Amino acid sequence: MSRSAHSKEKREDLQLVDGSKVAVIGGGPAGSFVSFFLLEMAERCGLELDVEIFEPRDFSGVAPKGCNMCGGIISETLVQNLAAEGINLPSTVVQRGIESYKLHMDIGSVRIETPLQEKRIGAVYRGAGPRDLTSSKWGSFDHHLEKLTAAKGAHVTRERVVDVSFDDGRPKIAVKGGQPQSYDLLVVAVGVNSAALRLFTGNGQGYQPPESTKTFITEYYLGEETIEKTLGDSMHVFLLNIPRLEFAAIIPKGDYASVCLLGESIDKELVQSFLDSPQVKACMPGNWSSDPRSCQCSPKISIGAANKPFADRLVFVGDCGVTRLYKDGIGAAYRTAKACATTAVFEGISERDFKRHYWPVCRSIRTDNSIGKLSFAVTRQIQKWRFARRALLRMTEKEQKMAGRRRDMSQVLWDMFTGSAPYRDIVTVSLHPRFLARLAWELVVAASPIARAEN
Amino acid sequence: MGKGELGKTYSDGEVITRQGDIGDCMYVIQKGEVQVLMEKDGVETQLRVANEGEFLGEMAIFDHEKRSATLCALGEARLLTIDKKNFLKRIHKDPSLAFRLVQTMSKRVRDLSDEVTRLKADVHRE
Repeated sequence: MSRSAHSKEKREDLQLVDGSKVAVIGGGPAGSFVSFFLLEMAERCGLELDVEIFEPRDFSGVAPKGCNMCGGIISETLVQNLAAEGINLPSTVVQRGIESYKLHMDIGSVRIETPLQEKRIGAVYRGAGPRDLTSSKWGSFDHHLEKLTAAKGAHVTRERVVDVSFDDGRPKIAVKGGQPQSYDLLVVAVGVNSAALRLFTGNGQGYQPPESTKTFITEYYLGEETIEKTLGDSMHVFLLNIPRLEFAAIIPKGDYASVCLLGESIDKELVQSFLDSPQVKACMPGNWSSDPRSCQCSPKISIGAANKPFADRLVFVGDCGVTRLYKDGIGAAYRTAKACATTAVFEGISERDFKRHYWPVCRSIRTDNSIGKLSFAVTRQIQKWRFARRALLRMTEKEQKMAGRRRDMSQVLWDMFTGSAPYRDIVTVSLHPRFLARLAWELVVAASPIARAEN
Repeated sequence: MGKGELGKTYSDGEVITRQGDIGDCMYVIQKGEVQVLMEKDGVETQLRVANEGEFLGEMAIFDHEKRSATLCALGEARLLTIDKKNFLKRIHKDPSLAFRLVQTMSKRVRDLSDEVTRLKADVHRE
């Protein structure tokens, strides 16, 4: 047989056909999305697939059993994309609709509202809620997606995968105490905290997990009424001059407030200096003090892209492939999962197919993250320079007060904090001559002796 | 409005968008029902009632014409707005995002064809 004929036969073999078996390791958003779209795309073209999700955790359980350790924000873009896909998020899952952001700095605070005055950002729990939860009024986001996927026809197996091997090019996976089962395609959709990733490093496929950093998340019980009075429907973000702290947010949820810190080597000392800051005290209830027994975790988050997240019959989606820097991880899981499903159903499941049709989506996220790193470097400088913080605050306040005024700075901050737009778009807006001229003017005013005296 | 509800709530009879307005968004009904009304020669006719999960005002995404109908909440209704510019940008990157919209529009063309056939048959009988 000629080489080209052999290669053609191999390519034809590397296609999903009626009855093909797909294993998905990980039942979080990336795993649910990839399964959902595999079945959806297959249905559109009359293909019958057998999709099995392996997820040992029950997301309907409270932390740590059912938690996926995440801030739990569904971005504006993702809420709209999901609605267009026919996936609407019910109020039994969304703990609070967010309609504005409040930026806190040492020199003052400013509220940034959406132009439409509409709640299009969802605050959710990935599991049922914190470990001290007494009654569950809301459902888990991950469990909701898992149920939608199961309704589409995916099977969920509550087992941990303990072994992965390849036999004649086909992936074989085994759960504890079970015999290895062969599949046509293996999708890995686990987080960077998952032990399952060890099954893929050094097995000859070339996969290397993405670089990661530690974050810190705590859930403080305040009660629904207190949250309404204090934090309201706003996500509170902080630009404070605390060394090693890159970004901090307090997200109001049902009965709890989620405190999320991002930065370098986050430790107890850094967390305490943030919680003790007057800006945090000002937006929490008057008699509030941080309870050390509150549900907390220090999960790793991905800040890079995996090396070679695909091979013949093998692909990595979501956090273990590539995700967005610091923001909108669930949105990145949706994008990579959908690109993976589209490739597998319409193009094929060979390394070449994934490289041509799936990798461009991952690469665009990776490139955008490089721009994001630059944006965060600028934010760090603003955190350090008081006059720059003053200029930013003045510019935003003016925009928010005057109806009909172009809200460039508000838009930049909104997109930066919500993760609604790619970092590339944020930089494009902030490099516009009009924006730069206005910012330059505010910087001059903020640095002037009169403005310094006023402050 | 519940704290976990996404979108904007409209009270009974509240106009969401009016026939003749310039459309720069479409809507997805999150909860409740919406009347689709069309006015011709001073007479307003109810075309249909849209339910939870349905898209409305989607023609504005693809053309530059004025709104062809008025949308009015029937009882309390909650709708999520999808911005035209951003949505088109996302469709450009992922064309399959428009699949459900095309499916909806295709169903409406079928329904309209059935309606025209029925009306023609009525006229013929008269």
